[in-house]
Amino acid sequence: MTDAAIHLEHLTVSYGDTTVVHDVSFDVAEGESFALVGESGSGKSTILKAISGLAPEWTGTISVEGKARGHSPDRAFAETCQMVFQDPYGSLHPRKTVDTCLAEPLAIHGIGGRDSRVKDMLAAVGLDQRFRFRFPHQLSGGQRQRVAIARALMLEPRVLLLDEPTSALDVSVQAEILNLLKKLRREQGLTYLMVTHNLPVVSFLCDRLAVMRHGRVVEIAGVDALKSGQLSQPYSRELYAASGGTLQSA
Amino acid sequence: MIDWLLDDSPSSRLQANLGRAWHVFAALLRNPLAVVGGFIILVLIVMAIFAPLLAPYSPIGQDLANRLMPPSAAHWMGTDELGRDIYSRVVYGARITLMIVTMVAVIAAPIGLVVGAVSGYFGGWTDRVLMGVTDIFLSMPKLILALAFVAALGPGIENAIIAIAITAWPAYARIARAETITFRDAEFIAAVRLQGASSARVILRHVLPLCASSTIIRVTLDMAGIILTAAGLGFLGLGAQPPLPEWGAMISRGRNFILDQWWVATMPGFAIILVSLGFCFLGDGLRDVLDPKQGDKQ
Repeated sequence: MTDAAIHLEHLTVSYGDTTVVHDVSFDVAEGESFALVGESGSGKSTILKAISGLAPEWTGTISVEGKARGHSPDRAFAETCQMVFQDPYGSLHPRKTVDTCLAEPLAIHGIGGRDSRVKDMLAAVGLDQRFRFRFPHQLSGGQRQRVAIARALMLEPRVLLLDEPTSALDVSVQAEILNLLKKLRREQGLTYLMVTHNLPVVSFLCDRLAVMRHGRVVEIAGVDALKSGQLSQPYSRELYAASGGTLQSA
Repeated sequence: MIDWLLDDSPSSRLQANLGRAWHVFAALLRNPLAVVGGFIILVLIVMAIFAPLLAPYSPIGQDLANRLMPPSAAHWMGTDELGRDIYSRVVYGARITLMIVTMVAVIAAPIGLVVGAVSGYFGGWTDRVLMGVTDIFLSMPKLILALAFVAALGPGIENAIIAIAITAWPAYARIARAETITFRDAEFIAAVRLQGASSARVILRHVLPLCASSTIIRVTLDMAGIILTAAGLGFLGLGAQPPLPEWGAMISRGRNFILDQWWVATMPGFAIILVSLGFCFLGDGLRDVLDPKQGDKQ
């Protein structure tokens, strides 16, 4: 599977003596949107951290866009894969304007034309130009998350890791952000690996999902199986039932 | 103008930053103690800049006929044992005080900030080694350590500044480290790391700006201590050398006449107290405005 955008094989991640993710293997195809679902503490986010290099203690194989990953963030990787964090209040530097925040990745990689790139990106994520020189405290949660998504896209990565990108937001704002993510993926042909515990979000945005429990993948299924309630494993059904047995957004 | 500063949607980087500075400034103006402190510091700065215009006599010109004169219309603060006008000397002394304070802040604060931020950001062995060094410096009494350095380097105002700076940085390192640890694992730091930023860039561009406000507060509050240490060194004859009108040295000279000619030692003493107080008030005001734990609007 060398054409996979993300390839994980026997991935085991630990924090010190505690092993959080056990022997996880899956592939995410180019342009696919793949969800990791499961209860809190099941190791979903840890997989994203291992891929991005923020959780350096892992064994197994991780490759992104055909390149094997090292154990820490690096510059070349930054241009292929970026991450959007869960909490838009914690993921923006409190003393930097939107403009500085978006220009920073360009400055790190020595990319010119920053002014126009920042403007274009603001337009792409649906933010008015008047937000450009605001500080994060002058923005709402949804606007902050748009900025965070814009920042992740500044380097034009092919793969986006989404760590519960909507769970900290109001329901109405969640829908806006999900629509934005859907639009961006369609326009730019991005690959998503998304962590969530919200099954309606999965059915809206994703093609396939992996159900995780206690650090192991219980089941990998297509989103059709989720939509028709056809998940095969008992735990997956339990999770499905816990979300109300329906896919109506809560 | 104020509308432009308070604009919710600034149209340039400059306007955004000035707007934020204005918020801080306006909040400071609402704090009466901070205004008093700021005023005292302003007077000190004006005195230092315009000393030749404000001082009626030369600070070092002797007039042995008029030695040890009490305060009068001709000599507002009296004269010292060589007939020099104490008021003129206090005014010129503002220059020395201001220079000591600024130089110490300029040397000590960046060293402390960088040591603390590096220590806090990397943790592990880096942290242990750097904090070990910091602890060694912290464990020694400031004045004694400064005395030892001056004794080794030789008396003089430059050496006094270096000695005070060497004793002042550990406190800033401690603060910067504590601040850094609180947001080392924050997502906005993780986000820049994921963008491929080097550790140096993360520390300089993203960590230090967040440590800066608490360090500014601490430096301002420490100014009083720095002035007192400088005066102490001057008093012991290890700071500014005669005939420089350094306030601590002036008190030291006045000590011999303190019972009969009280003004010789008292006037520069007042100056020291007033300026120290000014820095303390300003520092307290800045803390109320800048402290991230109290402010929610920054």
